[in-house]
Amino acid sequence: MIAEALFFSGILFAIGVIGVLTRRNAIIVFMCVELMLNAVNLSFVAFSRMHGVAGQTFVVFVMTVAAAEAAVGLAIIIAVFRHRQTVNLDRLDLLKG
Amino acid sequence: MILQEAAAAGIHPLAGTPADWIWLVLALPLAGAVINGVLALVTEWHPGPFDPDPIHTGEHAIVPAPTLVERAERSTPRLMTVIEGRRRHGRPGPGDHGDHHEHGDEAGSHAPPARHPFLPLVSVVGPGVVIGAFGVAVMAFLAMLRADPEAPFILRYWNWMTAGSLRIEYALQLDQLSMLMTLVVTGVGALIHVFSVGYMRDDGGYARYFAGLNLFVFFMLVLVLAANYPVMFIGWEGVGLCSYLLISFWFTEKANADAGKKAFIVNRIGDAGFLIAMFLIFWNFRSLDFGPVNQAIAALPAGSPMLTAAALFLFLGCVGKSAQIPLYVWLPDAMAGPTPVSALIHAATMVTAGVYLVARSGTLFAAAPAASLTVVVVGALTAVFAASIGLKQWDIKKVLAYSTVSQLGYMFVAVGTGAYVAGIFHLVTHAFFKALLFLGAGAVIHAMHQAYHATGRDDDAQDMRNMGGLRRYLPVTFSTMWAATLAIAGIIPFAGFFSKDEILGATFAQARGSFLSHASWLGIPGSVVLFGAYVLLVIGAFMTAVYMTRMMLYTFHGPNRTGEAERRHLREVPLVMLLPLLVLGVLSVVGGWLNIPPLLGTLGPVGVLDRWLHPVLGAPAAALAAGRVEASHGAELTLVGAAVLVAVAGIALAVVRLRPARLVPKAEAPPESPGIERTLAHAYYVDDAYDAGIVEPALFTSRNVLYRGLDSGIIDKVFVSGIGWILPLTLGRIGSSLQSGRVGNYAWVLVLGALFVLGAFTLR
Repeated sequence: MIAEALFFSGILFAIGVIGVLTRRNAIIVFMCVELMLNAVNLSFVAFSRMHGVAGQTFVVFVMTVAAAEAAVGLAIIIAVFRHRQTVNLDRLDLLKG
Repeated sequence: MILQEAAAAGIHPLAGTPADWIWLVLALPLAGAVINGVLALVTEWHPGPFDPDPIHTGEHAIVPAPTLVERAERSTPRLMTVIEGRRRHGRPGPGDHGDHHEHGDEAGSHAPPARHPFLPLVSVVGPGVVIGAFGVAVMAFLAMLRADPEAPFILRYWNWMTAGSLRIEYALQLDQLSMLMTLVVTGVGALIHVFSVGYMRDDGGYARYFAGLNLFVFFMLVLVLAANYPVMFIGWEGVGLCSYLLISFWFTEKANADAGKKAFIVNRIGDAGFLIAMFLIFWNFRSLDFGPVNQAIAALPAGSPMLTAAALFLFLGCVGKSAQIPLYVWLPDAMAGPTPVSALIHAATMVTAGVYLVARSGTLFAAAPAASLTVVVVGALTAVFAASIGLKQWDIKKVLAYSTVSQLGYMFVAVGTGAYVAGIFHLVTHAFFKALLFLGAGAVIHAMHQAYHATGRDDDAQDMRNMGGLRRYLPVTFSTMWAATLAIAGIIPFAGFFSKDEILGATFAQARGSFLSHASWLGIPGSVVLFGAYVLLVIGAFMTAVYMTRMMLYTFHGPNRTGEAERRHLREVPLVMLLPLLVLGVLSVVGGWLNIPPLLGTLGPVGVLDRWLHPVLGAPAAALAAGRVEASHGAELTLVGAAVLVAVAGIALAVVRLRPARLVPKAEAPPESPGIERTLAHAYYVDDAYDAGIVEPALFTSRNVLYRGLDSGIIDKVFVSGIGWILPLTLGRIGSSLQSGRVGNYAWVLVLGALFVLGAFTLR
């Protein structure tokens, strides 16, 4: 049972990483980050069946933080869009050295 | 504190006597220097805010608070206000100005006041510590007289440095030679300190002056009491420092500051030689203490190249410190300092350090006959060369300065020929009569200044053309200075006669046949060199008599040329200045009794100094005089008679030929007639030659090659600017291209890095 859960979690995480690395749209990148967070949540829950309730507690914390992060992140993306009229990450390169 | 060890063989006879307290001789002047230095700092300190750059900013927003000196100045009217002011100088050059009081006027904030606020305290502390040191030295001397030790008494205090087999201690060595030097330095030094109380009374830098003078005495005593070369070198450098500080004592005048720098830099050349000699000595003998080094030298065959090299480098140090050809040029300029400083440092003590060093390293020089002959050659040439320049100087202090250079040449001939006792003897008598001459000149300058000050005239108080007929106004100075003149000219029975005659006699005797006369110098047989030196010294003695008589005639005889109004204000200097003159006058007369030759045994005890110094200087002197054929009494008597005759002839020639009545004051004086006269007056143009040959090329090289070429060209342009230019184009471009600013790239780097770390942990 735990093996399947961890395998599924790993697949989800890999999908998230590939999305972050390959996509250019900030919204999609942002959603992939959420995907990675939830992959981690899944493995926490899976482990909590063996190691007690601490994993589930962590999941609650992670979801709280993720919610806050989603709010702030979306706000930043909207602000960037208002400023630059785009959310294409390749064109947001003001930090170029 | 005192890790005193008894001398090698059991307990030294001086242990437990007042000689144990010899460190007090050093500590007292040092304490005086510290006290006077603190007082000087306190009085010249600017309390409160201080504008660091008032000249260049052009804004005087911050007004510096007055120093104690300035406050004292406001409460008492300035004594020297009238003649202070811009003085005209006939020709540029250091030393061409009266050295008394007329200084610091333009400097503003540091201008000296009428009287120093701590005058009474400084007047007690300054001379007091040196008199105290003299007292301690006399006690040690009495103990030494009783004990009569054969071996030097060595006092070890602290360990200075240990490196491998090198072990240097702060150690003092008390033997007959250093005892004699200590007595001379503290005795003559104390007299000059007392004289300074009168001479420097009206100077704002009074405390600074005594701090420098006390510090000088301290370092000079370190020099003569040191038990090894490095400690001696501390004193050697220290006296150079004090010489610099006191030459440029009135530093607000550029000529004085330049004279100080010149002395310091020229001395550095010699000091490099001293250092190299120390390296050579340690390299070969594994020690720098006088005792072990002398033992090691005695074991070597005489004349080995290493010994000659070490002795020659040591002598280079002496040439710098004792102002011999070719490094003598700093001494005439050193007259820019106050006259008592010239008396103490540049006549009586510091400049004789080179003679002391050669005598102290007598074993080394005796084992290197070629080096000893070099000493003779340099000394003899200097003696004549400087004496001839002295013939045509107008500045009273310049005459004495060249006279000092010349007399130092005599001392070097003495120690070069192996007549170490004669050299030290002349050093002592010279300290007496030359200190007296300088102090007398100081008294004359003081009186001239007071007269000029009283009438508000601005003229050169040191030029003999402005003097004349002073014997009516300064009778005591006049008579004591004549005693010194007869002494330096070598008239029997004054002090200089005995010492100079001993040098002449020893040179002649060595030339006739001795170890030294069989050695050769650059292919020239030693006997030829020594005979040549003898002839030069006799010529020098003649010139000495001439220029000294000339100085006395122009200063004290004939009509007075100071001026109608000034004449009424010329008067004898105060008692505090006369007392040292009188004491030194007596010493200049009787100083010769220290070492009466056997020939004149009827006069008193024979060869006192010879016997006293025998434990220290006997062995090297005997080594150089080996195989000497003693001349008959008749021949010796002829030599002595000839020497006196030469001196008398010199004095007579000067009296007959020179006409003080025909002299005109400096302002009206015509330029010297061209030819030999002008050449002598300009000191053979040696300073100009050095300027053109050494100073200017050195400045040109440092400005154009080292500064513009090496510093700005290579280091600044190629290295500093070049690296700054090339780095952005290479490393900078690569680095900046990595910073794409795209989040995606950073994410890739992040993931790859995480994979790498994970992989590294997994595959470990």
